[in-house]
Amino acid sequence: MADILGDTIQALQLILSGDPGVFEIVFRSLFFSGSAIILAILWGTPLAMLIAMKEFRGKIIIKTFFNTLIGLPTVVLGLILFLSFSRGGPLGFLGLLYTPGGIIIGQAILVTPILVSIGVSSIESVDPEIMNLAQTLGASESQAQIAVLKEAINGIVLSDLASFNRAIGELGVVLMVGGNIQGGGNQTAVMTTSIARDVQISEFGFAIALGILLVIVLFTINMIVVILRRANYLVELAKGPYQKLKRSREAER
Amino acid sequence: MSVIAELKDVTKAYGSKIVLDTVNLQIHEGEILALLGPNGSGKSTMLKILAFIENPTEGDVTFLGENVNFKNTEKMRLESTLVFQKTTVFSTSVYNNVVYGLKLRKMPKKTRDKEVKKALELVKLEGFEKRNARKLSGGEQQRVAIARALVLKTKLLLLDEPTANLDPKNAGILEDVIDTVNRESKVTIVMATHNMFQARKLPHRIALMDEGKITEVGAPTEIFGKLSKNLASFAAIDNTYTGTARATVDGTSIVDVGNGVQIEITDKRQGATVVFINPQDIILSKTSVKSSARNTFKGKIIEITDSDSVVKLKVDVGKIFTIQITKRSFNDLGLCLNAEVFITFKASSVQVL
Repeated sequence: MADILGDTIQALQLILSGDPGVFEIVFRSLFFSGSAIILAILWGTPLAMLIAMKEFRGKIIIKTFFNTLIGLPTVVLGLILFLSFSRGGPLGFLGLLYTPGGIIIGQAILVTPILVSIGVSSIESVDPEIMNLAQTLGASESQAQIAVLKEAINGIVLSDLASFNRAIGELGVVLMVGGNIQGGGNQTAVMTTSIARDVQISEFGFAIALGILLVIVLFTINMIVVILRRANYLVELAKGPYQKLKRSREAER
Repeated sequence: MSVIAELKDVTKAYGSKIVLDTVNLQIHEGEILALLGPNGSGKSTMLKILAFIENPTEGDVTFLGENVNFKNTEKMRLESTLVFQKTTVFSTSVYNNVVYGLKLRKMPKKTRDKEVKKALELVKLEGFEKRNARKLSGGEQQRVAIARALVLKTKLLLLDEPTANLDPKNAGILEDVIDTVNRESKVTIVMATHNMFQARKLPHRIALMDEGKITEVGAPTEIFGKLSKNLASFAAIDNTYTGTARATVDGTSIVDVGNGVQIEITDKRQGATVVFINPQDIILSKTSVKSSARNTFKGKIIEITDSDSVVKLKVDVGKIFTIQITKRSFNDLGLCLNAEVFITFKASSVQVL
């Protein structure tokens, strides 16, 4: 039976002492999920732009398909990827099973439906005249598409954030594709898989430490994004009264 | 005067709906051309074709002496810009909005800043650079949109109902700007409008449009002077009434336009008749005026619109009449909404169509 108090104290000690074993896993998680998001953005954003901005047959089916995939259990995707990446599988020749590359690609695939679905709906909610507007001001088609994307930036950032949250907190893909390897040259243990393993071997102190750090990481990253978006707002807010003052002075003159 | 753009037999259809029907039009360099017509007459579509963001279903467009290839309009679009009827601004600062096209044209930053400043001064928005464009009033946003188009100094400037939905103050500022850039910078302007006052004041030529066709082209004096049937067919036209005429013993006729309003005209007429009274030909007074004018009606002021030096009033006498008087007369008479007034006009001022 776990000694909750004792294990929690041990967890805090591990965090406060900066235990290299714990933090290595945290940084590895951040690296894997961060890379997965970057990869997913590289293919997910153009895909979202294509679906949102082009008219084609079967558009609704494709949109529904991505919406449905958001709810796909991570173990199911993990299983599909495991079978694809295993030696006899169609992608076995890539040698991605139980490697960091496998995890990064697996998580990128996992979050793609979130990126695409939220991305498509944010782009579609942009005033349709923006595209025409940019073009009448001299933009080429691709420049006009960038202008539309800029208008949808809030939704796009939200989809990136939601994707990161999903990637760093998921267990199915990292466990099945990564294998939770600790030690050696090809380490694939991340926060979620380590927590699962530590509980199995009754290392509750480690599990709690990683659990706390996982929540802290998620909170911090979400907070940074909120602050960045707020900062822009604060700058605008600060400019408002200044501009008013400047105008009234000019008017007096 | 050389031709800057020309539409030859241009037809535009969306599915089976034809919005432009074999339109032929030449746009002369340096002119202000107004497209005047009711909603749905094809004005906006024509402007979009001239802005090269819409391609004609049939027909040819030439611009700056070249036949426009609508598959590749990128180069052409640098010389023609359109300001939409529905104000659209990018969700960023006023500066970023106005500078957008200049950045695309790779203008150096220093020159860009100078040009943005000048354009904002022209639309009376100096000092607004850092404000968020989306947080401005509708009128201010439309002025940003105009500045954003003007700053590009394109050969052709297209304005779709530039002052629709604007208060008279903002509309006045924009009208001044349109006049100034045309006079000083010799920019060719094509503007769609269904504002009769604007159409009379600003343009050098008017093209009347109805149901996707250009029905008449001419100088404002020509169009308004003889008042064509096409012009009167617009529901948007003020002071146009349909009624039944009967001849009087004096050799004049009385046209009963309904709601107890009977208008005397000099022509001898019988049966269905359409009449028009120019808003400037109506005398407005607080008391009944004894005069030679044959038509006097008592009514109430239901709308007052201030437009530069003139005031436009709508008076309900059973039918609604639009009257245009100078601001000075308006102030001297001390008029206000719901005030009881008399309107008077001569039988010879009534134009029969």
